[in-house]
Amino acid sequence: MSLPMILGLGQTALELALFNALTVLALFLSYSMLNVCDLSTDGCYALGAAVGAVVAISGHPWLSIPAAMGAGMLSGLVTAVLQTRMGVNSLLAGIIVNTGLYSVNIWIMGGSSLLNMNKTETVFTKLKAALKGTALSGQYALIIGLIAVAAVILFLSLFLRTRLGLAIRATGDNPDMVRSSSINPVFTTTVGLCISNAFTALSGCLLAQSQKSVTVDIGSGMVTVALASLLIGGVFLGRRSVPLRAVGAVLGAFVFRLVYTVALRFNLPAFMLKLISSVIVVIAISGPYLKKQFPLFRRRLAVKFGKAGMQ
Amino acid sequence: MLKLNHVSKTFNPGTTDAKLALNDLTLHVRKGDFISIIGANGAGKSTLFNAICGSFFVDSGSVILDGVDVTMLPEFRRAKVIGRLFQDPMRGSAPGMSIEENLVLAAGQGGWMSTAGKKEKQRFRDRLALLDMGLEDRMKQPVGLLSGGQRQALTLMMATLSTPKLLLLDEHTAALDPGTAEKVLALTTRIVEENDLTCLMITHNMQSALDLGNRTIMMDQGRVVFDTTGEERGALTVQDLLERFREASGKKLDNDRMLLA
Repeated sequence: MSLPMILGLGQTALELALFNALTVLALFLSYSMLNVCDLSTDGCYALGAAVGAVVAISGHPWLSIPAAMGAGMLSGLVTAVLQTRMGVNSLLAGIIVNTGLYSVNIWIMGGSSLLNMNKTETVFTKLKAALKGTALSGQYALIIGLIAVAAVILFLSLFLRTRLGLAIRATGDNPDMVRSSSINPVFTTTVGLCISNAFTALSGCLLAQSQKSVTVDIGSGMVTVALASLLIGGVFLGRRSVPLRAVGAVLGAFVFRLVYTVALRFNLPAFMLKLISSVIVVIAISGPYLKKQFPLFRRRLAVKFGKAGMQ
Repeated sequence: MLKLNHVSKTFNPGTTDAKLALNDLTLHVRKGDFISIIGANGAGKSTLFNAICGSFFVDSGSVILDGVDVTMLPEFRRAKVIGRLFQDPMRGSAPGMSIEENLVLAAGQGGWMSTAGKKEKQRFRDRLALLDMGLEDRMKQPVGLLSGGQRQALTLMMATLSTPKLLLLDEHTAALDPGTAEKVLALTTRIVEENDLTCLMITHNMQSALDLGNRTIMMDQGRVVFDTTGEERGALTVQDLLERFREASGKKLDNDRMLLA
C-alpha cells in the first residue's frame, strides 16, 4: 500500500470520526451526564440528515445546519416529555420516538427513502469553492468537522460549568438529591435531551452532506457505535475534569474508527462494523462488573472442587 | 412561620393497605423555634416532613409557610426556602461532582447561565473551614470520596448556605458513628443558633430531644399527642417522656432504638 493511499484512507477515517464524534458528544451529555440512555439517537441522526438534505436541496446550504439542529431539539423534546410528563419509561420513550421518526424521516424526504445531493450546494461545496487554489483545498471536509467538534466541546465545557449545567449533572448523579432540592428534574432532563439531540442531528446532517446522499437508515446502529466510542474514550480520560472527558469522547471516536479502518484492511467485511461495536459496548460495560465478581467466582470454584480454605 | 392546619394524608386509599399517615394534624411553628420531634416507628414523623416539603400533596388541610399557602406548590418550588437533611448521608450531595460544584448548586444564586465567581468560591472555602474537617482544601475532589460524617456535614452546610426559612432534620445523625454524630449535632446547633434558623428535628434519642432546642413534640398515629416548651419542658426527664407517651397513646412506646438510646 502506497503512502498517499494510507494518507487518503487516514483522512477519510478522520473525517468520518469527526462527524460521528458529534453524536458521541451528544451521548456524553445524555448518557454520561444525565444518565439517560437515549435510544432515539438512531432516528434523530437520520432526522438531522434528512432535514439538512431537504433544506440544502431547496437551496439554503447554510440554513441546513440550524434547521437540522432545530429538528433534533424537537425530537429530544418529544422524548423528554414522554419520559418526564407522561409516565413512559425512559428507554421505552427513546424506542417509541425512534420508531416514529422512521416514518417522519421518509415523510420529510418526500416519500422516498433515499435522497441524492450530487448536484446540491452544501456547506461542503461552499467551503470547497471558497478554499479553491489554497493549500487547504483538499481539506474542506476535515475543516468543517474540526470546527463543529471544537465548537461543541467548547460549548459543553462552558455550559456544564453554569448552574444549569451543574443541575443537569446532579440530575444524573443523584436523582434523590435533586428531587428534594430546588432543581426541577423535569426541566433539567428536558434541556439536556434537547441539547444532546441537537448535536446528534448536526452529526447526521454533516455526514449526509459530506457523502452527498441520505438513506432513511443512515443512523441505524448509531447509538451502539457512539456508545462504544464514548466508553473507549472513558478508558483514556474517564476520571478527569468535564472538558477533558469531552475530549476523551472524541478520542474514543477516533480510536473506534481506527480499529474499524484497520479491520477493513484485513479484509473484514464492512457489515461486521455493528457486531464489533456491540462487542465493544458489552466489554466496556461488563468488564468492570465481571472483574468485581471474579474473586467470588474463584471462591465458588474452590469450594466446588473441594479446595475450600485454599485461596 | 409554619402552619399546618388540619392536615390529613392516607396512603393507598381504598385498599387493604390503606394507612392514615397524618390524621387531622395541626401544628404551628413560631419563627426561631427549634423543635425536636419524637415518636414510635410509623408515627408519621417523616410523613410530616414530606407534607411540609411537598414530596406528596396532602389530602386535606393546608400548609402555610411564612404567610404563603404552599399546599399545592410542587416540591422543587418549596425547596428554595426549605433545607432538608435525611438519615442517609449519601442522599444530600452528588458523589460524582466536586465539593465546590455541589456548593455552587446549593447556593442557588444567580441565573441558570451564571457561574460561580472567585468571591463566591472564597465564601464557600470560608464556610467549609468552619466545619474543621479540612474540606476547604479538597474543593476540587469528588464528594464520593468523603466519609459519611463528612458528607452529612457538607450537606448541612449546603442546606444552610443560603439561609433557609425552615430547616428539617430527619434523624440526620442516626447513620453516623457516635463520635461523628456528636460532632455533626454540635455543628447543627451552632449553625441553627448563629443563623437564628427555624428548625424541626426528628430524633430517636430522647435525651438529645430534651437537650436541644426550645420545644419538643411527640407524635403517634399521625397526630401530635404531646407538645411541651418552656419551664415544663426544662423539668422533664426521659422517664417522664416515656410516661407521657403511655398516657397519651394508651400503650407502651414500641421503638427499640429509642429505648436503647
